[in-house]
Amino acid sequence: MDNEKDILEVRNLQVNFKTYAGDVKAIRNVSFDLRKGETLAIVGESGSGKSVTTRTIMGLNARNADITSGTIMYKGEDLLKKSEKEMEGIRGQDIAEIFQDPMTSLDPTMKIGRQIAEPLMVHKGMKKEKALAQALEMMKLVGITDAENRINDYPHQFSGGMRQRIVIAIALINYPEILIADEPTTALDVTIQAQILNLMKELQDKISTSIIFITHDLGVVAGMADRVAVMYAGKIVEYGTVDEIFYNPKHPYTWGLLSSMPTLDTGGDELPSIPGTPPDLLDPPTGDAFAARNAYALKIDTEQEPPFFKVSDTHYAATWLLHPDAPKVTPPDQIVARQKKYAEMQKNLVKQQRPSIPVEEEEEQQ
Amino acid sequence: MDYENAEKILEVKHLKQYFNVGKPDEVRAVDDISFDIYKGETFGLVGESGSGKTTTGRAIIHLYEPTAGEILFNGKNVDTFTSKAEQREFRQDMQMIFQDPYASLNPRMKVKDIVAEGIDINHLAKDDADRSKKVEDLLETVGLNKDHSSRYPHEFSGGQRQRIGIARALAVDPKFVIADEPISALDVSIQAQVVNLMKKLQREQGLTYLFIAHDLSMVKYISDRIGVMHYGRMLEIADSDEIYAHPLHDYTKSLLSAVPVPDPEFERTREEIAYDGSNENDGKERTLVEIAPHHWVRAADDEIDMYTQRAHEASLIKK
Repeated sequence: MDNEKDILEVRNLQVNFKTYAGDVKAIRNVSFDLRKGETLAIVGESGSGKSVTTRTIMGLNARNADITSGTIMYKGEDLLKKSEKEMEGIRGQDIAEIFQDPMTSLDPTMKIGRQIAEPLMVHKGMKKEKALAQALEMMKLVGITDAENRINDYPHQFSGGMRQRIVIAIALINYPEILIADEPTTALDVTIQAQILNLMKELQDKISTSIIFITHDLGVVAGMADRVAVMYAGKIVEYGTVDEIFYNPKHPYTWGLLSSMPTLDTGGDELPSIPGTPPDLLDPPTGDAFAARNAYALKIDTEQEPPFFKVSDTHYAATWLLHPDAPKVTPPDQIVARQKKYAEMQKNLVKQQRPSIPVEEEEEQQ
Repeated sequence: MDYENAEKILEVKHLKQYFNVGKPDEVRAVDDISFDIYKGETFGLVGESGSGKTTTGRAIIHLYEPTAGEILFNGKNVDTFTSKAEQREFRQDMQMIFQDPYASLNPRMKVKDIVAEGIDINHLAKDDADRSKKVEDLLETVGLNKDHSSRYPHEFSGGQRQRIGIARALAVDPKFVIADEPISALDVSIQAQVVNLMKKLQREQGLTYLFIAHDLSMVKYISDRIGVMHYGRMLEIADSDEIYAHPLHDYTKSLLSAVPVPDPEFERTREEIAYDGSNENDGKERTLVEIAPHHWVRAADDEIDMYTQRAHEASLIKK
């Protein structure tokens, strides 16, 4: 392991899906680390490969998936070399997942207490009574009101927000080292979303799990993440701390994502949008996959794929604009404003480099 | 918003829409709401799931028989359109764009037939050549290639499908378009494209929109005025800038405080305001009261002073 703090290291991962039309190159050489106790957000559009990445980690890919290269190191072992049997021991025990849709990820015919207790019985061989007692504790922890009386209810008797709490309870019952949250709040209303996100932060503090948070909602990312990786067309195009990505983004795709989302202060007649649609990964374009939609594209973008350029020790971006010989460009207005704010923040923080600690603790310091 | 020269295109008066009336599982999806929409504006309707915003939209386009109340379109009661001709005219003037671009297009129809369905029903094309010309123009208007007209929906992405849905709505030259969560199913970068298209069409064709959504930042961006719904009731109506800067009702405050903002600094200090909805059912008579000019809040008689006080503090009322 490169870094003692890393709990998961993904290196050079490539995943293809075999289809009648040919191989869809869904993940094209993705590498990243997950540190202990942090929340890493992976953002990107649908089809950018964020869910495939986490499904590969969980060993839950569809049958036509073909992992052509890469390693996923967890506790010194490569998860990709594990048998299905061994993965069954890891899933729900060391690595757990919260899925997007609380309506479909619960078993409608099983009482919720039993569903929450199931991982304990399967992984730890716990007796039913003891497991149910722990399930009850977990229900209280995730804020299910009147837990004693509701432990024998079925999923349809709960609201969407409560169901997502149940899903979280199932995922956390074994205190997993890694929690993968794939759009956990997309199906929920904003007020319920806020509750669930707060709950996840609270629980992360309590059981110090590391979270991979997948979402397309940059507002949620800003509140949840310690670090952010931006994916486009099966690749990570930029990664850095949450402040670096939101206040000092370098990749034109990140610029586009940040400006095309109106904040409550956005006015004007035209919303900056990214033109066109993502490329077809059956036949990914040569060079930078974003070039066709990129107003800042250089000639080299269509010929050669940009490598990662270092912005800071924690911040890298794969765009030729960072090459020393590249012409200097002015980002969109909104991004310039963000960078200005970043410069001011840096000035205020000259003395101490912002350590990467969970958001909650930072709030207390303020 | 220029209220002086504003002309009402739609008036909703004491609309009630109940389901399973008289049965134990009676649902009061919309419970006595009133509001107006002016010609050429975008009226945003926000609320959480179950608040009745979609039911309101459907009642307006007359997909339901209202339980009580009336809906006036251009001054005429929608319920009284009994003749075929009147009904057809109404259906032509009011169109809908749906949430799910996958479910709302017939997979067995070619794009040109989907778009031209309204043209055919209303006999708007002189002959086949005219029909094709109209379809091609519409596809161009919404930013699709006219060569796409003989393809099927599955050949298009979500954003493109939503453009097809918009072209279909525009085919009959409507005056009023109800857009029910038109961008919720789309990716962020595509959402901006569709919103820009809707704004452009509004400028060019003078359309009036009822924009139903739960994404509050997008609603604020596109709307001139906003109505906030909760439990089937309208709690607050005001200009979009005003309602976001100075919400008066506790529920609106709570809803706005929960919106995640793409700004980590802001997020670190954000505090959600909890809303206790129990006093909504304390039995007091409540109506929409104009607390500040064009700023309406649902209040009981003894709450008006409190809201007026809040409006004064926010300098919404000029002395």
